[in-house]
Amino acid sequence: MSVEVFLRHDFPGFRLDVSFALQKSGVTALFGASGAGKTTIVNAIAGTFRPREGRIVIGGRVVLDTRAGVFVPASARRTGYVFQDARLFPHMSVADNIRFGWRRAADKASQAEIERVIALLGLEHLLDRRPRALSGGEKGRVALARALLSSPTLLLLDEPLAALDAQRRAEVMPYLERLRDEARLPMLYVSHSLEEVARLADGIVIVRDGRVVRQGSVFDVLTGLDLTSLAGSPPMGAVVAVTIAEHRADGLTVLAFDGGQLLAPRLKGAAGERLRVRVRAEEIMLALEEPRAISANNVLPASVAGIDADARHADVQLACGNTRFVARITPASCARLDLRPGKPVFAIVKSMTVDAAPPAD
Amino acid sequence: MDAFLTPDEGEALLLSLRISFVAVFAALPFAFCAALLLARTRFFGKTLVDGLIHVPLVLPPVAIGFLLLVVFGTRHGAGAWLFQTFGIRFVFSWTGAALASAIITFPFQVRAIRLSLEAADAGLGAAAETLGAGWWDRLLNITLPLALPGIAAGIVTAFAASLGEFGAIITFVSNIPGETRTLPLAIYTALQQPGGEVEAARLSALSIVLALIFMTLAEIAQRRARERG
Repeated sequence: MSVEVFLRHDFPGFRLDVSFALQKSGVTALFGASGAGKTTIVNAIAGTFRPREGRIVIGGRVVLDTRAGVFVPASARRTGYVFQDARLFPHMSVADNIRFGWRRAADKASQAEIERVIALLGLEHLLDRRPRALSGGEKGRVALARALLSSPTLLLLDEPLAALDAQRRAEVMPYLERLRDEARLPMLYVSHSLEEVARLADGIVIVRDGRVVRQGSVFDVLTGLDLTSLAGSPPMGAVVAVTIAEHRADGLTVLAFDGGQLLAPRLKGAAGERLRVRVRAEEIMLALEEPRAISANNVLPASVAGIDADARHADVQLACGNTRFVARITPASCARLDLRPGKPVFAIVKSMTVDAAPPAD
Repeated sequence: MDAFLTPDEGEALLLSLRISFVAVFAALPFAFCAALLLARTRFFGKTLVDGLIHVPLVLPPVAIGFLLLVVFGTRHGAGAWLFQTFGIRFVFSWTGAALASAIITFPFQVRAIRLSLEAADAGLGAAAETLGAGWWDRLLNITLPLALPGIAAGIVTAFAASLGEFGAIITFVSNIPGETRTLPLAIYTALQQPGGEVEAARLSALSIVLALIFMTLAEIAQRRARERG
């Protein structure tokens, strides 16, 4: 169930020309600044915007092909669309809202499935309410349930957290994470927050001025040295997919990743559970010899994969097995250690800086 | 009712209500379509259509009555064709009075429905579409329910305005007791007769009571509309 997107459309003073693909399942972030064309792309995929030229294939089904004259209307595309402003129907109860798409779906979700989604999004006590009696976070969750129960083959999320304050965002984020882990359908998640992307997405497509400037796995793109120039953002540091190996008696949790292990302060979660941690670029130290008698718990053998230096800082990309980290050090340190691609180093990471659940913004 | 009203007065009241009822509900579907067109679409000549719909507001009702007479008179034109083909006759008939009332109160209905359509979020239609709802489905289940407060307000306003229509009715369908003599025409008739002031006063009082009832209804409809939003 993969998704292929090619679109070209000329607006006055703006040209949209993008081509990208989504994986069979998991979250792909569509990342870019405001005005980059993200919402237009999503509208074209949903069918509420008709581009001059394009081809969109969702799970083998061609829903748009301007050359062949194919245009499947939005009502027949089976894309679940979660709008930034929720767009709940004000004249219906929450229960009627979430069953709106379900009633019109060809292959209806079972009653058990409905109850599972209601439980997943914590809506049990809201079903009889009207949308105007809901908080912003609750509206977002109802909109998610409504889209999910329309039996979509692709879920489109257009900045579902952007309209919420930090507290509501923190409230909805765990539901999105559960959705990512439990739903077996591709999701396109529009965002202009790298924090959200780092926490949720598996793949990322970076759009700038109507063009795709980079696409790939979140782990690769966010540790790329070109992130600053692509996304106008300082390096994210590393996003590392880890598995909880054990909770040690000394209060540390051992996290295994592809290429080594990290020690972090005691985390929630059982052994074997998978999660993501962040290690910021500013918080990694580099050494040429293995330091002894040092408070930092993590001394990772690595090799320099690339360097991007300017007058103020040097970003050093590190390969540690198949996992990448980025260290941001001063150009002076970079020169003193004579760092070059391929050179073996030790990356020193304080346990206290291993961030297991970075808050969204 | 007999205790308060003479048979003539009762006849004028019922006729007024019947004419207004038919006028308002016959015009309603057209008013809804016009409001939908004006609120949700953009097309060449929209300003002209908008202006045409509102013409009855600014034209003297007597002029409208005269124009209707020209178009629907049974001697020639559309009126002759309708009469000869279907046996439908508007002139000198209560249906003609309803037609005149419908045209004059049409802008009130369009305006109220259009306002409620514009107040409803147009994005809800797109949301319904992505959830599998086609055009008619969206019209019936999203657009229409959201326009209901406006439709109710339009009906009440148009009904109240229709009850007071005089110039177009007397010009188009004349002043026939039991057929086209509505309350305003009955007041006018009473004043034409020596000593008819008492009768005119009674009929005017009746008109005031009706007006109060409809103003209250309009107020309730508006409050409902606010509570829903």
